[in-house]
Amino acid sequence: MGAQLRVYKRRIRSVTATKKITKAMEMIAASRVVKAMRKVSASTPYAQELTRAVTAVGTGSDVKHPLTTEVENPTRAAVLLLTSDRGLAGAFNSNAIKAAEQLTARLEGEGKQVDTYIVGRRGVAHYNFRERKVTESWTGFTDEPAYADAKTVAAPLIEAIKTDTEDGGVDELHIVYTEFVSMMTQTATGARLLPLRLEEVAEEVAKKDEILPLYDFEPSAEDVLDALLPRYVESRIYNALLQSAASKHAATRRAMKSATDNAGELIDNLARLANAARQAEITQEISEIVGGASALADATAGSDK
Amino acid sequence: MAAELHVELVAADRQVWSGEATLVVARTTSGDIGVMPGHQPLLGVLESGPVTIRTSEGETVVAAVHGGFISFADNKLSLLAEIAELADEIDVKRIEQELQRAKAEGDVHAERRAEVRLRAATAS
Repeated sequence: MGAQLRVYKRRIRSVTATKKITKAMEMIAASRVVKAMRKVSASTPYAQELTRAVTAVGTGSDVKHPLTTEVENPTRAAVLLLTSDRGLAGAFNSNAIKAAEQLTARLEGEGKQVDTYIVGRRGVAHYNFRERKVTESWTGFTDEPAYADAKTVAAPLIEAIKTDTEDGGVDELHIVYTEFVSMMTQTATGARLLPLRLEEVAEEVAKKDEILPLYDFEPSAEDVLDALLPRYVESRIYNALLQSAASKHAATRRAMKSATDNAGELIDNLARLANAARQAEITQEISEIVGGASALADATAGSDK
Repeated sequence: MAAELHVELVAADRQVWSGEATLVVARTTSGDIGVMPGHQPLLGVLESGPVTIRTSEGETVVAAVHGGFISFADNKLSLLAEIAELADEIDVKRIEQELQRAKAEGDVHAERRAEVRLRAATAS
């Protein structure tokens, strides 16, 4: 076997192995998307009931709470960016980071100082490499976030909102995450989480044409709101974490699918080249034999004369 | 048929129990509260503690909840809790071990959680 042919054969073997790996990763990601989607829907009843309750307190009483009152001149804002721990997901992380950077630029344009909070190793690595300040970061749970993880993330953020701006607190909280629209579409979006616009929450519920009854609050409307709002924020962050996880798996699946397709194409091309090389080798051998034979024939024909 | 109310017991990451009931007893921050069909709309903060649901079949369902809310309107009662477990799901032996460990380590929260679970498990 000729040297060229051997090189092609070796490359085909290596690409085939890569293809097997990417195919497996694609399948794993596909099953994880389904799992993540199931988690999203499992958390829906809680989120729904919580939204209803928040609306009930918000509309049924006119209590003020630090999490719902807007500061007149907000000077500091916090941005929570959700990325993933692992890459191999196409543009998933860079899209989320880009969205966060745009949001940060906009906020800074409005004269606000921005504190950055990051979930996921990819985002942390991006910010560390550029030596940008990260107020707090969390890693290690982005593939399958649990409610307890959302709680750990939410706690310092709620604390920061409650603290006065002079003491290092923030006035606003924005969250950047990748919304899971469908298997094919995931969009990085930024939204303001706090201060909460109760009217918006109310609109969400009002769409279903529900009229909320006049509730009796136990122990009091303030206390209920006090206990409700942090839970609401946690549940929103939990939902964002779950959607981000589902999006990441969907992005991985797509990236791995195109990697598999590319590997297939590469194998086809290499196989063609290998065939051509083999054919060229055979042709050369034949022409060498024929050339040798005719040279021999010429030589013997000459000696006969 | 006796009057019934619809109960949804949901934890942050799943629905724990749902069905028809005639009486629900839960512990709010200002004391135990019993809700029967036709109660006036109510929204309260729950303490960690056992929740007792008497189903319309006459059975009793006990669950341990850790923090959360009770809301009742239109004969629909929702119990929201960050963590909620049915008494049947609780492994008494494991919780006893946990309680011992929490006591030894002086972890007040873990001790309280374990106690609530244990009480719910032994009540049914």
